Amino acid sequence: MDIIVTIKQVPDPEAPKESFRIDEDAKKILNPSNVDPVINGYDENAIEAALRIKEAVGGKITALCMGEEMATRALKQALAMGVDEAILLNDAAFANADATSTAYVLSEAIKKIGAYDLILCGRQASDWDLGQVPSGIAEYLDLASVTAIQKIEAKDDAVRVERILEDGYEVIDVKTPCLITVSNEANTPRYPTLKGIMAAGKKKIPTWDLAEVGADASQVGNAGALTTVTKLYIPRFESDCEFIEGDTPEEMGEKLALRLRELKII
Amino acid sequence: MAQGVLVFAEVTDGKLSTTAKEMLGIGRKLADALGEPLQAAVLGSGVQDIAPIAIHHGADIAYVADAEGLAQYQTASYTKALAAIVQHVDANILLIGISDNGRDLGPRLAFRLRTGLASDCVDLSINPETKLMEATRPVSGGNAMATTVIEHARPQMATVRAKTMEAATPDTGRQGSIESVAVDIDASARPVTIVERVKAESEGVRLEDADVVLSGGRGFKGPDDFYGILEPCAKVLHGAIGASRAAVDEGWVPTQMQVGLTGKIVSPRLYIACAISGAAQHMAGCGYSKTIVAVNRDPDAPIYQRANIGVVGDYTKVIPAFQKKCEELLG
Repeated sequence: MDIIVTIKQVPDPEAPKESFRIDEDAKKILNPSNVDPVINGYDENAIEAALRIKEAVGGKITALCMGEEMATRALKQALAMGVDEAILLNDAAFANADATSTAYVLSEAIKKIGAYDLILCGRQASDWDLGQVPSGIAEYLDLASVTAIQKIEAKDDAVRVERILEDGYEVIDVKTPCLITVSNEANTPRYPTLKGIMAAGKKKIPTWDLAEVGADASQVGNAGALTTVTKLYIPRFESDCEFIEGDTPEEMGEKLALRLRELKII
Repeated sequence: MAQGVLVFAEVTDGKLSTTAKEMLGIGRKLADALGEPLQAAVLGSGVQDIAPIAIHHGADIAYVADAEGLAQYQTASYTKALAAIVQHVDANILLIGISDNGRDLGPRLAFRLRTGLASDCVDLSINPETKLMEATRPVSGGNAMATTVIEHARPQMATVRAKTMEAATPDTGRQGSIESVAVDIDASARPVTIVERVKAESEGVRLEDADVVLSGGRGFKGPDDFYGILEPCAKVLHGAIGASRAAVDEGWVPTQMQVGLTGKIVSPRLYIACAISGAAQHMAGCGYSKTIVAVNRDPDAPIYQRANIGVVGDYTKVIPAFQKKCEELLG
C-alpha cells in the first residue's frame, strides 16, 4: 500500500508556556527562541500509522511538507522514523497561506507524485488548530475522507478505521484511494533509531517550487487565501482566585466544602 | 447578493441537537445585526418535525432535506445535501456547531463551496462598518486568540465550539416558513461503509451533561486515584470524572474521559481540577465552567490564573476530606 503522509513543522507545543510568542502586527505565531520547531504531534501519529501499515502489508511511504527551508528538519526526522521518501514544497509564493491555499498546493504536489493508495494526515496542526487542510486535500482530489480516527488497518483494497465519537467510535471501511486523519489516540510514535538517523542523513530531500509543483500562482500562498486574520492576541485572564487557607490539606478540604456550600454551589 | 444567516440544524437521536439550538441562538443575533433572515438547514430521514422546532428556536425559514440516504451521517452525503441547500439559499453566513459530525462536515463543505472557514470559534459578531462577520477562535491550544474575516467568498463560514453560545428560549408560538429541498443522494456507489457504531461503556452521569466534574491530570501516579479518590467523591456530588490529555496519553483512563481542545468540552456548575497544571489545551475544554476549583501542590501552577477557588495541597488528602464534609453537609 503506497502512502503519502502530509506533515507540518510547528513551534514546539511542549515548550515552556512563558516562551510562547506571537507577532501581533504580522499576525504570526512565532517559534520560541532556543526551542527548535518540531513535527506537528498529530502528524507524528500519522507517520507512525503509515509505518505500521507498511510493516503489515508492505508499500512505500512519502512524506510531504509545505514550509520554508528550515522544515527540512521535520522531513529528516520523518525519514529517520522510517519513511522512504521526503519532499519539501518551498517557494516564496507559498508564504502566508491559509487552509485553502495550503490544501491546494499539497493536492497539486500529490497529483504530481501520482500513484498512491492512501493519504494520511494529522487531525489538525497545533499552531493554528484549524483542522481543515486534510478535508481540503480530499476535496481537491475528489477522495473519500474520514477524520479523527483512533485505529487504522489495511485490508486489500480498503482500510478499516475507527472514527472517534463523543460516546464511542464508528467502525468504517473505506475503499482506497482515500484520505484519513489520525488522532493521538491511534498510537505512540516511535523514536528514530540511530541507524534510522544515519540513513536519513544520507537521503536527499528534493525541494519543489511553484513551477515544479505546477500550481496556479493565483491559488497559492496569500494570493489564494480566502480568510484574513485581522487580529491575533494573547488572552489575559483576571487572577481573582480565592485561596482556601488551612494548616493541613485535610482542613483545607473541609473548608472547601463549607465555602462551596456557603456560595450555594453544592 | 448572498443574504441570510444559515444554520446547520443538526439532528441527533431524532431531536434538534443542543449545539444546533446554540447556533440558532447566535445566528439570530447575527441575522438581527445585519437585518437579514435566519435560516435553518434540517438534514436527515424522517426529520420533517424538526423544522418547526428550529423555528421555535429563532429561525425564520427552515429548509428540509429529507432522504433515506441521510439517515446516518456520512461525510459525502451530508456535504452534498448541505451544499445543495446553501446554493439554493445563497446564504451570506453559514454556521455549523462543533460535534463529531460538525467538525468533519465544516471543512469538507467549505472546500466544496470554495469558501473560507473559521474553525472552532468561541465568539462571533458583525462589524458595524464592514458588515463582515468577525470570528474569534483560540489558536495554539488556546495560548492565543485570532479573529478572522472572510472578505469576498460566500458564505462566510464558521464552525462553533459547543457551549460557547446561548440558545434562545423556545417560543412555540413563533411562526416561520418551511421549504423542502430535493437532494439526490445515491447510496449505491459509496466508497465508504459504516460497519458498526460502538458505544463506550459508561456508568453514572455522562461527562458532558454532569453538573459537577472532578478531573485528574499528569500529577496522578496512575489510574488508581481516578477510581479510588475522584470517583467516590463524584458519586457523592452526583458528578462525573474527567482527565487531562496527559492522563489519557499515559493510558490511565479512556479517551472518552478527556477534557480539552481535542476531547470533551464541559461547562458544569462546578469543575474541580486535581493535579492539573492548567495548560491551554485543557482549559479549552473546561474554561466555560461556572466555578473552577483547582487543587494543586504547586502554588505557581498556571491553573490558579483561571480558577475561582484554589487549594494548595495534596489532592490525595484534600479530596477525601472534602468528600467527607460534603457527605455531612448533603446527607
